[in-house]
Amino acid sequence: MGNERWSRRKFVSRAGKTAGAAFLGLSFADFLAACGTSTSGTSGSGKLEIFSWWTGPGEKDGLAEMFKIYTKKYPSVTITNSVVAGGAGSTAKAVLATRMQGGNPPDSFQVHAGQELISSWVKASKMEPITSIWNSEGWDSKIPKDLKDIVSSNGDVWSVPVNVHRGNALWYNKKLLDSKSVNPPQSAEDMTSALSQLKAKGITTPLALASKGGNWQVQMLLENNILASGGADFYKNVMSGKASFTDSKVTQALTWIKQWLPYANSDSSAIDWDEADNRLIAGTAVFHIMGDWAKGDFTSKNWVPNTDFGAVPSPGTTGKYMIVCDTFGLPKGAKDRDNAVGWLKVCGSQEGQAAFNPKKGSIPARTDVPASLFDAIAQQFMAEFKTDTLVPSSAHGSATPPNFASGVNDEMGQFLQNKDVTKTASNLQKLSDEFLKTA
Amino acid sequence: MATASAQRVVVERLPKSRSLRLPPWEKITPLLLVSPSVILIAVFVYGFIGATIRTSLVRWNSALPDYTFVGLHNYQRLFQLERFQADLVNTVHFTAIFLAGCIVLGLGTAVLLDQRLRGTLFFQNVYMYPLALSFVVTGTVWRWILNPNSGVNVILDNLHLGFLKSGWLTDTHTALNSLGIAAVWQMSGFCMAMFLAGLRGIPEELREAARVDGANEWQLFWRITFPLLRPITLSAVIILGHISLKIFDLVYVMTFGGPGYATDMPSLYMWVATFAQFLYSRGAAIAVVLLLMVAVLIVPYLVWNLRGETEQ
Repeated sequence: MGNERWSRRKFVSRAGKTAGAAFLGLSFADFLAACGTSTSGTSGSGKLEIFSWWTGPGEKDGLAEMFKIYTKKYPSVTITNSVVAGGAGSTAKAVLATRMQGGNPPDSFQVHAGQELISSWVKASKMEPITSIWNSEGWDSKIPKDLKDIVSSNGDVWSVPVNVHRGNALWYNKKLLDSKSVNPPQSAEDMTSALSQLKAKGITTPLALASKGGNWQVQMLLENNILASGGADFYKNVMSGKASFTDSKVTQALTWIKQWLPYANSDSSAIDWDEADNRLIAGTAVFHIMGDWAKGDFTSKNWVPNTDFGAVPSPGTTGKYMIVCDTFGLPKGAKDRDNAVGWLKVCGSQEGQAAFNPKKGSIPARTDVPASLFDAIAQQFMAEFKTDTLVPSSAHGSATPPNFASGVNDEMGQFLQNKDVTKTASNLQKLSDEFLKTA
Repeated sequence: MATASAQRVVVERLPKSRSLRLPPWEKITPLLLVSPSVILIAVFVYGFIGATIRTSLVRWNSALPDYTFVGLHNYQRLFQLERFQADLVNTVHFTAIFLAGCIVLGLGTAVLLDQRLRGTLFFQNVYMYPLALSFVVTGTVWRWILNPNSGVNVILDNLHLGFLKSGWLTDTHTALNSLGIAAVWQMSGFCMAMFLAGLRGIPEELREAARVDGANEWQLFWRITFPLLRPITLSAVIILGHISLKIFDLVYVMTFGGPGYATDMPSLYMWVATFAQFLYSRGAAIAVVLLLMVAVLIVPYLVWNLRGETEQ
């Protein structure tokens, strides 16, 4: 009996020691595995993880088309499609930030061109420049220099533009507008008078407005209006902290929004941009100022371009093209670096862009993709893209760092409530002082 | 028999005598057995609280970690921000609606269910079911219900009660209360369960005695039942209060803080500051403020609880 008791105690003590040791040993091994940056896999086999927020109709089909092209070139590579849903990528960016800070980057990830990448992951030296890929693929002759400048800093290129969306577009219900015999507005003043005419003719909320999910839609109104009141140079200056938000050009831009708000639906905080599109289709609204992803949404709801709906540059911005551009970059420590390089080449290729963009509703970043693949409005935009002045969008991360853009979102949310032009302008300038001067 | 009893004596005495000359590894065995959880809690709770406090005291306001010490500057800046000021007001407002709603509804339904009428078990379950849902589900459903164009407004219209229509979540004046409706819907069942347990624990003799003394049912409730439910009420306030202070998922799903800052909460701003604005130090500062707010609520309760246990 004594023997049995001894062995039980012995067992417990041993088990305790073993468990402790195993726990420490295991956790240490895990720790090493988690910290170790595994070296790049060989090209043509293994895996490729692509991170994006393309989950909507159209965009996810476009992504699938690009995967098909990639698989044709590298048949033995297994693609992992890591998507995180959420408009304008708000949730995806949070997930990405965690992975980047934790040293576990995807092989390549979707990011808006410009500051969204440069002010964050490039500055934190977590990205690898892709200048050599850019040069070896000869993209200089295919992608406009204005666009290359947006994705470059300190002489290096950091990501490959896949597509170009237009941020400054005014969408309208064509049949309804014709039936009320109102012309599509050209200037901001035209817009105000068109809205009041439509209201007089029985449409109580002719302007569809969305602000759900953080007010970025209202920020687009602001940047389009600043572009209209101040022109491209002023716009670039104010978005880089070289001009002031208390300038009369900015207060003018805010005043226009204030003049339009009485004609907009009051439940904007409950609806997103696609629901605002529905208001046009239902005929309860006539105008919607939104990026050209609205077109993809309209056509997917069986609305025909230039028959059911039309588009013009947002009021006062004719001859200017607000660039909202998705790109892919190369994070340092990507597990399958060589496969990722292959992916970037597909992203920048004529074949890849021709496959992706018609589905997504955007136009290609390359200027040599045949226009015949696209609908009438996209063809019009492609022609304008070649000749217009290109400016980067702040609401979509290209012109300004994320901390500024997110602060502006908050201010625009406040502006919808208090409609105080002077206070908003001075608050915007405070954000500029805090986040743009140091950038 | 004799040997058996002798053996028993030995067995009983053995642990005492042996404990004096325990081999060293047997002394550390219990320590080793609890060490995994001690280490895990030390690192992943207290270590991370320490790391958060440290982050809140440095100038890490971009994707690039920057450990330049700036003292309380982040806190100073935080309390000057219009958004954070609105958050603090909203938190207090929301907590008040949420606690009042849950306790009044919870106590009311508990008292009704305690009448032991037919069907109480059924309703008891019905009231408890919302608790099984996550706040994300509750939030999504209530967002639909309170959508001004498709939800409860349509019902009111059809009932010719149009004057009761409201912007609900889209109006700055009603948004926070609308959020409260969803939160109360979810948590009042939990409150009901606590109160019901409390009510069933009150001895019938006490009420009988009061009745014999001539108390009416109303006096009975306020003089006997309600005071005896005080510990339950306190527990409910503590549990619901800390849920309310930390509320995130419901707001994220229903309003994302809008319109304006009308329903913004510190936890939501913490998330936005950290992951959308990359202001890691500001996010950490909000986390520390939240921790302190919850601590103010929880620590006295824990002390009170602990004292009660030792007295027993």
